Amino acid sequence: MSTAHALLGLLEPAPRHGYDLKRLFDRYFAPDRPLAFGQVYATLGRLERDGRVVVASVDQAEGPERKTYAITGAGERDLDDWLRDPIDPEPHLQATLFTKVTLAVLTGRPVTKLLDAQRHAHLARMRELTTLRRDAALPVALLADYALFHLEADLRWIELTAARADELGRVIPPLIADPATAEVRPTSVETSHA
Amino acid sequence: MPDIAVLDPDTPPAVTPRPVQDSHGRVVLAGEGLVKRFGQTEALRGLDVEIARGEILAVMGPSGSGKSTLLHCLAAIIRPDAGRVMLDGARIDDLGEGDRTKLRRRRFGFVFQFGQLVPELPAIENVALPLLLDGVARTEAQARAAELFPQLGLDGLEQRRPGEMSGGQAQRVAVARALVTQPGVVFADEPTGSLDSLAGEQVMELLTDAARATDTAVVLVTHEPRIAAYADREVVVRDGRIATTSGR
Ligand SMILES: Nc1ncnc2c1ncn2[C@@H]1O[C@H](COP(=O)(O)OP(=O)(O)O)[C@@H](O)[C@H]1O
Ligand SMILES: [Mg+2]
Repeated sequence: MSTAHALLGLLEPAPRHGYDLKRLFDRYFAPDRPLAFGQVYATLGRLERDGRVVVASVDQAEGPERKTYAITGAGERDLDDWLRDPIDPEPHLQATLFTKVTLAVLTGRPVTKLLDAQRHAHLARMRELTTLRRDAALPVALLADYALFHLEADLRWIELTAARADELGRVIPPLIADPATAEVRPTSVETSHA
Repeated sequence: MPDIAVLDPDTPPAVTPRPVQDSHGRVVLAGEGLVKRFGQTEALRGLDVEIARGEILAVMGPSGSGKSTLLHCLAAIIRPDAGRVMLDGARIDDLGEGDRTKLRRRRFGFVFQFGQLVPELPAIENVALPLLLDGVARTEAQARAAELFPQLGLDGLEQRRPGEMSGGQAQRVAVARALVTQPGVVFADEPTGSLDSLAGEQVMELLTDAARATDTAVVLVTHEPRIAAYADREVVVRDGRIATTSGR
């Protein structure tokens, strides 16, 4: 999720206060995980530095100063390019979960336990999203659906891998310490005597 | 002698109910040490499971792991070879065929993958059928059936036959039929298996809304995570046992 481009898009129709931007961002893009104010201002700061937004006015009448941000021509071009270019289909070949599974097999840990824990975490999140989506306005429901389908894809992979855990253990035999190198690793010698 | 109390929801169970399981209230249905063999195949191998009153439990697991067999044992459709099934604290697996039939009709509701509606009957009569089979007078049965149509988004479809409805509508009629007797437990085996995503989600929303509103427990067998996410909790069946379970 590109927070910077989302903020540029929210600024394009009209200049807005930072607080307004956060409110709109949360409503459309993060209904159940609101953005931190710090992150909004940090992102706006970067956009300002790169010449994609400017501070159009500062209102300091009451309380803390409130900056109104406006998009620049460069910002509009950037937003336009970003919206037009299709997203790279991410193959996720370096996915953390895949790395965990492989490492579990390589180190002789039970893969099924890891997959079970992940299934629970995924389903718990899916339950949250399903509840959220139930009474949500259509844009939020569609956002929840998007997340749900992706989590479901992960879960399909988890089931497939769980079903083939034994086979995987045979194909990737656990790494064992090479006796030649084990000698030059004092810690492993010490722990084996502990 | 079968325990008749379990056939009548208004009669307190003869056996003292088991202690409160969690914040959700007492256990309504439990399978204890369930074993079921089909020839050489051991479909259930000592499976334990509990469903609290009003709880929606998803039963997940790979194909052939024993999910449907578990549902059939819990619902008194088949008898386990060993172990017990307890409904409101009373044993039901050892009841005779006739008593189990009555029990299923009065205390349970069923939704299967393919609605299994009677094709010749209009929707309203399909929904009223469990009441009619249980001896409720026709006018009363139809009136009670009619109440469920708006609740399940089926307004105006009362006189349609199953062949004149979409798959999602037919499955919602099946949900209405499962709920019409106000059962304590609804058993749903892959209830959205024959539907596309949108129709499936709609069936699940209406089923779970109706179940929650009436404190009806649901045993939901599904291999689809998005469908399981409508439940309060999931258990995973693997090789005839509960492999893992999650708290709510
Ligand atoms: N009526 C039956 N006769 C013979 N084998 C059966 C019967 N019902 C189920 N089985 C076997 O029992 C196992 C579990 O089946 P089932 O409970 O239908 O699994 P699931 O619903 O999880 O796909 C499978 O090996 C299946 O072939
Ligand atoms: Mg099945």
